[in-house]
Amino acid sequence: MTTLALRFRSSEHLPVAVGAVCTLGLLLVGSLYSKNFLSIDYILLQLQIASFLGVIATGAMLVILLGGIDLSVPWVVTVGGMMSAAAAGWWGETGAVFAIPFGILCGAALGLINGIGVAYLRVPSMIFTLGINAVAQGLIVLQTGGFAPQDRATTAMHALATGRSFLGLPNALLVWGGIGAATIFMLRRTTLGRSIYAVGNSERAAYLSGVDTRRVTLLCFVIAGACSAAAGVLLTGYSTKAYQAMGDAYQLPAIAAVVLGGTNILGGQGSYMGTVVGVILITLLQSILSVVQISEMGRQVTYGVVIIGMLLLYGRGRRHSA
Amino acid sequence: MTRSDWYYRLREHRATLSAAAIFVLLFALYIGKHQVGWTTPVLTTAANKGVLLAIVAMAQTLVVLTGGIDLSVGMVFVLANCVASHLVIGTPLQTAMGVVAVLLTGTLCGLVNGVIIVFGRLQPIITTLATGIVYYGLALGLRPVPGGNVQADLADALTEALPGGIPAMLAVLLAVVVLIWIPYRRSTLGRSALAIGSSEAATYMSGVSIGRTKIVTYTLAGLLASIGGLLLTFVTFSGEASSAIGSVYTLNSIAAVVIGGTVLSGGAGSAIGSIFGAFALRTIGDLLFVFDLEPLWQPLFQGIVLLTAVSFGAVRLLGVRNRLDLYR
Repeated sequence: MTTLALRFRSSEHLPVAVGAVCTLGLLLVGSLYSKNFLSIDYILLQLQIASFLGVIATGAMLVILLGGIDLSVPWVVTVGGMMSAAAAGWWGETGAVFAIPFGILCGAALGLINGIGVAYLRVPSMIFTLGINAVAQGLIVLQTGGFAPQDRATTAMHALATGRSFLGLPNALLVWGGIGAATIFMLRRTTLGRSIYAVGNSERAAYLSGVDTRRVTLLCFVIAGACSAAAGVLLTGYSTKAYQAMGDAYQLPAIAAVVLGGTNILGGQGSYMGTVVGVILITLLQSILSVVQISEMGRQVTYGVVIIGMLLLYGRGRRHSA
Repeated sequence: MTRSDWYYRLREHRATLSAAAIFVLLFALYIGKHQVGWTTPVLTTAANKGVLLAIVAMAQTLVVLTGGIDLSVGMVFVLANCVASHLVIGTPLQTAMGVVAVLLTGTLCGLVNGVIIVFGRLQPIITTLATGIVYYGLALGLRPVPGGNVQADLADALTEALPGGIPAMLAVLLAVVVLIWIPYRRSTLGRSALAIGSSEAATYMSGVSIGRTKIVTYTLAGLLASIGGLLLTFVTFSGEASSAIGSVYTLNSIAAVVIGGTVLSGGAGSAIGSIFGAFALRTIGDLLFVFDLEPLWQPLFQGIVLLTAVSFGAVRLLGVRNRLDLYR
């Protein structure tokens, strides 16, 4: 029994389990406040909102697994939203068809530059992605400052983000499900996935075992850029408009969700299911805090304290791994 | 003998010196193109803006040297600003008490960061991310809407020029360096902090009290950030709980640290370099004005300059003989 408990403690299932328990706890706390919290409609709506964060967190997780961090999320999200909406405006009918891929492509391009800087120029990811964030902001400000492009979402984007086509499940959730399933497959069943964990644990060792670590890093950043931009497209569809700084609210929650899901911020360890739980947890927490009638101060303080509290529950490091 | 001594000293401070050189170059360009040029008002304005970021960047440096990162530094800065806009007012005695309260607030914030990181054994990046949210919340509680006031005589004295034309802010910065950075760097504590940044395992084996060093370092970082917030109040004459200001200062402080030559993985660098890094960063923003570029260009310009500056480090890759040295 004790060995089982110990094995459970050291396995990667612990964060998932504790996170899931915390999620249920949050729902129960919410239901004390209002019965709506346990209704299917509310939960589906929360899952729909969680999908935006989930898509971003997917990219953030890949980069964190490598031992890096992507601080370019806010403006890459905005680039994704703005450029897809602008494409529809520039090229009319044909533009509307290419709007979504075009927006995602722009994000992937920024991710590519991130990857080149981090993998080939060996600049720490924290500072390079920060620079790319500023560049992305600069490009958007310039682009919208000179003339006003169309910023309305196309019908396809709108349908993708708000529609419910399959069994009444929100389309956005299906998108996240698809991306998530692909990520789980990639992380568990492909060489790329194994290489990502290997690079995160020790890039030197991975290099010596014949992994092209720089290409792996590059690919992860490209995927991260594409994910952020895809979330930007979804967000644009959801709010029917792309606007500046639409991604600002997603940087911290994305990192928090990944870490709450048990992914080691130093890289090399973590499961995607953990990230899923983390994303849902953060979304629920935000939702409950916004419904409960306390001051904005109380909201922010509770939000921060709950994150630290949960990390203290299961995210603690070892004593001295000397 | 003496020559080689100098050689090693120069080598040790290479990064700091190049940051200073970058700043001097940029500032010369700025002054050269400026309509008015080298006059006291221009210098004072530049100093007022530069010193705020420089002090926050110093706070960041202390933490980065130990191999950590403090993402709450901007929020402590904002919180101190809000506290100061309430308390630093009235008679000289009240003002002094207010200043002490502001500095204590920052110190306490830093202490909390340190204690959670050391005893909670959480990673600095995620801890300070979360505590930053808490500090921002507290700032919002103090100042739901921007406002407040500050002791005007003190504010004027600190934001204008000393007799002789030297901006008073530079004197404050010098005092901070002399009273906090130099004693810290020369003490066992500062050495331990650098050692932790180089190799935590080796430092642990050498019998250094890692926990105490880290806690003191984070606490000092909180203190420095609150000094920055206090000075901000003297410049703006009000308090504002703005998450935008907080994150801009946090991010710029990291950029200043990197331009200043401190290694992000810790163990090498200096707060003096970060000061010049911060000054350089501020000057970049001002350069746009004197070159008559539209303000719209500012974020792009800053981003490109930052990327160029950090990419220069890639030159060293050309000299790497063993590919394995690229990877850690």
